[in-house]
Amino acid sequence: MSAKSASMAKPRFRDASTESPLARLSLMAVALAFMAFVLLLPLVLVFIEAFREGVPAFFEALGDPDTLSAIQLTLTVAAIAVPLNLVFGVAAAWAIAKFEFKGKTFLITLIDLPFSISPVISGLVYVLLFGSQSVLGPFLKSYGIEILFAVPGIVLATVFVTFPFVARELIPLMQEQGTGDEEAALSLGASGWQTFWYVTLPNIKWGLLYGVLLCNARAMGEFGAVSVVSGHVRGLTETMPLHVEVLYNEYNFVAAFAVSTLLALLALVTLALKTVLELRYGHAIAGSRKH
Amino acid sequence: MDVTITNIRKEFGQFPALYDLSLDIRSGELIALLGPSGSGKTTLLRLIAGLEQPTAGKIFFGEEDASAKSVQERHIGFVFQHYALFRHMTVAENIAFGLKVRPKANRPPAHEIRKRVSDLLDMVHLSGLEKRYPAQLSGGQRQRVALARAMAIEPTVLLLDEPFGALDAKVRKELRRWLKEFHDRTGHTTFFVTHDQEEALELADRVVVMSQGKVEQVGTADDVYDTPNSPFVFSFIGESSHVPVTVRDKTVLFQGEPIGTTENGQGPGELFFRPQDVVVTTDSHSLYGKVTACRRLAGTRIAEIDVANNGHEPYHLEIEVPLDAPVAVGADIRFRPTRWKLFGQ
Amino acid sequence: MTTGQMMKNWRQPSILPGFGLTLGYTIFYLTAIILIPLVGLVWRSASLGWAEFFAIAADERTMLALKVSFGSALAAGAINAVFGVIVAWVLVRYDFPGRRLLDAVVDLPFALPTAVAGISLAALYAPNGWVGSLLAPLGIKIAFTPVGIVVALVFVGLPFVVRTVQPVMEELDREVEEASATLGATRFQTLRMVVLPALTPAILTGFALAFARGVGEYGSVIFIAGNIPYVSEIAPLLIVIRLEEFNYAGATAIACIMLLISFAMLLFINLLQMWSRRRYANVR
Repeated sequence: MSAKSASMAKPRFRDASTESPLARLSLMAVALAFMAFVLLLPLVLVFIEAFREGVPAFFEALGDPDTLSAIQLTLTVAAIAVPLNLVFGVAAAWAIAKFEFKGKTFLITLIDLPFSISPVISGLVYVLLFGSQSVLGPFLKSYGIEILFAVPGIVLATVFVTFPFVARELIPLMQEQGTGDEEAALSLGASGWQTFWYVTLPNIKWGLLYGVLLCNARAMGEFGAVSVVSGHVRGLTETMPLHVEVLYNEYNFVAAFAVSTLLALLALVTLALKTVLELRYGHAIAGSRKH
Repeated sequence: MDVTITNIRKEFGQFPALYDLSLDIRSGELIALLGPSGSGKTTLLRLIAGLEQPTAGKIFFGEEDASAKSVQERHIGFVFQHYALFRHMTVAENIAFGLKVRPKANRPPAHEIRKRVSDLLDMVHLSGLEKRYPAQLSGGQRQRVALARAMAIEPTVLLLDEPFGALDAKVRKELRRWLKEFHDRTGHTTFFVTHDQEEALELADRVVVMSQGKVEQVGTADDVYDTPNSPFVFSFIGESSHVPVTVRDKTVLFQGEPIGTTENGQGPGELFFRPQDVVVTTDSHSLYGKVTACRRLAGTRIAEIDVANNGHEPYHLEIEVPLDAPVAVGADIRFRPTRWKLFGQ
Repeated sequence: MTTGQMMKNWRQPSILPGFGLTLGYTIFYLTAIILIPLVGLVWRSASLGWAEFFAIAADERTMLALKVSFGSALAAGAINAVFGVIVAWVLVRYDFPGRRLLDAVVDLPFALPTAVAGISLAALYAPNGWVGSLLAPLGIKIAFTPVGIVVALVFVGLPFVVRTVQPVMEELDREVEEASATLGATRFQTLRMVVLPALTPAILTGFALAFARGVGEYGSVIFIAGNIPYVSEIAPLLIVIRLEEFNYAGATAIACIMLLISFAMLLFINLLQMWSRRRYANVR
């Protein structure tokens, strides 16, 4: 091979810290194909199947009384669980981030627990606690309070699986922010509540919003835990995800996917808001992205 | 290996980092690429290495056009400012890396690689540290490992990017001396980038002074210090002061008055001189100003002088005064440069 | 650790108010929501006695359900480890139109309710589904087989790998790759010997997280799985079946086994992270 043709033999890598153009294209193709196939295809299917019998059928399915009850129940449960977990998250983050005490790690591990437990087990623990074979169950029933197979049980199970979200978001954020601002406010004469309201809260507002967003998405979408405690009573103790299961098992596919579109839209809105928050306020979120 | 650079241009998007640069380096020279940030010296180094591609121009290693070769093929040794050691490999594995990645045909047998590593560790005075990880070494040690790693592949040209920039002053001084010895022993053509002119003057066979993408001057330490060819080089290398003057009838005039020096040429210019090339005088043909400060500096004294500028901000100059003839702060003073350079239009 | 012991915790003095209030509320909440139910679980399983516990655990159906759960989670985790790394690399290192959008989409499995994912995947891979109908003529069945479970778990676990590996990739020092190239390594050698070792701890962590999640997954799986006992029945489903049979003992025992393994996973992940931090110590 002459020197001239050797230098023209193969394209030179322009950049020593990246792959050849061909390798780049191949990797991109693989990644994009994988994502489209695994992630996008199922999402697209939901919307297409929902409208398979046309738009009127879609709205008819949504208007079904059982479906409307399911939607209402889902919203109710979220409306209770999310604020509860919000308060918890703020309290826990305040205690953990602004003070030094022994047992912090244990506390944080405890808070992380629901993430490592199967949702079915999360529901199971409440069945064991309030079920017919337990102590508390019959006791409360004698007072007319039904936990299992009723709304309270669903709320409890939902609270269980979603309470880490706000706390996990706020703890690293508030730890990062330290205690300087609060100490300054106190030294200027502010009370505890004033300090929290006027100093801490503005600092954590975006992280708080982010945590609430994720908490809500999970609260509305939770299936396994709620399925175990709910009793599946149509029109009464079915949340939207449970109702989707029922419709699907009855081969009422259009209705199942119609309700699913609402949940899918919720997911997309959550994703969109999440992305906006990450892009615009990333610095104020201290996003630890493990879920 | 001779290195010849012809008409190199490098643009990053719209931004030109190097303009039409040419250099002729002889085999075995230790060359300093000296200049302030933004001068393009690191860009030039990376172009020689093949880590960047020039927008135009060529680089020759000996007779061969290296511009057509990838960085792997150029067979150069590169030492990064922050060492870029492989954190998950031991010192020995780092140094052996360049030999282990060679295709089977060119790869030396394992025992030979071990011996080469051991010899190199001796050369950089780090024997016994084979099994350590980079995290366990000091900055100076890491830099020497980086150098040994680059040397292991027996490069044609050695390139160092601000090799001592991340180290503290004392370690820097030691390593400078060590690098000079190392180069004298091994004789590779070596380029190193620095913004520290003291370092450049101490180490280099020749200095390439760069500014804003262009070469200002190439020469030995004496050349650039004693005969700088531009205001930039004069003020960048060593200490300097300068005043605007006019030459008329071979007399140098400052603000219309002769200052006791003569020059050829005519017309306005800038007179540059060094603090130590000045004599205090009572002669009226001299520069005239007020002493604003006087401080001791090693074996001499520096006087800061304000020279009046017709109501504008005065010129701030520095001159050396002998230890046994101190000047009082606030006193008037007359002085005249004994060596200088005039840069005209 | 009981509530009483916690209250005696020694802490550093601080001028900030609200410690008692917030910590108290936190502990109360945790106790009520987590500790008491968990204690209930443990107490119930303890009341089983070892003999009965092992009988339930060793029952063939239980063992196979666990095998299906852990086996498919392992397989899905491995698939995600490979493709997740590729996806993360493409998102971090390359720029192309729609990259931001795609980056956001990676989190879809986190946001989408599992039941929705479940019916969608089932519809997709059923013999008359979009993909299933293409594969049926080739004799490949995905839905209602263990393969379907793996597919569902790949969906669920992908973000775990990508999001764990991404930050590490973003922090990679490009100079080290350049150094490798100057020493003569080809791009592939650099990726294999320099980049991959630096990513390995994160990949392992991501795999472990995806695996742990996959083992307990319920909603995404039960529609596509077929749920045939001994064949494609996952452990969480068996728990639900036992509950419906009012066989609380059985449900509890299976749950305990799963919890023990989850705990072991958490421990493993923490040890892994400690080891990798030591091995690849973070210095310049």
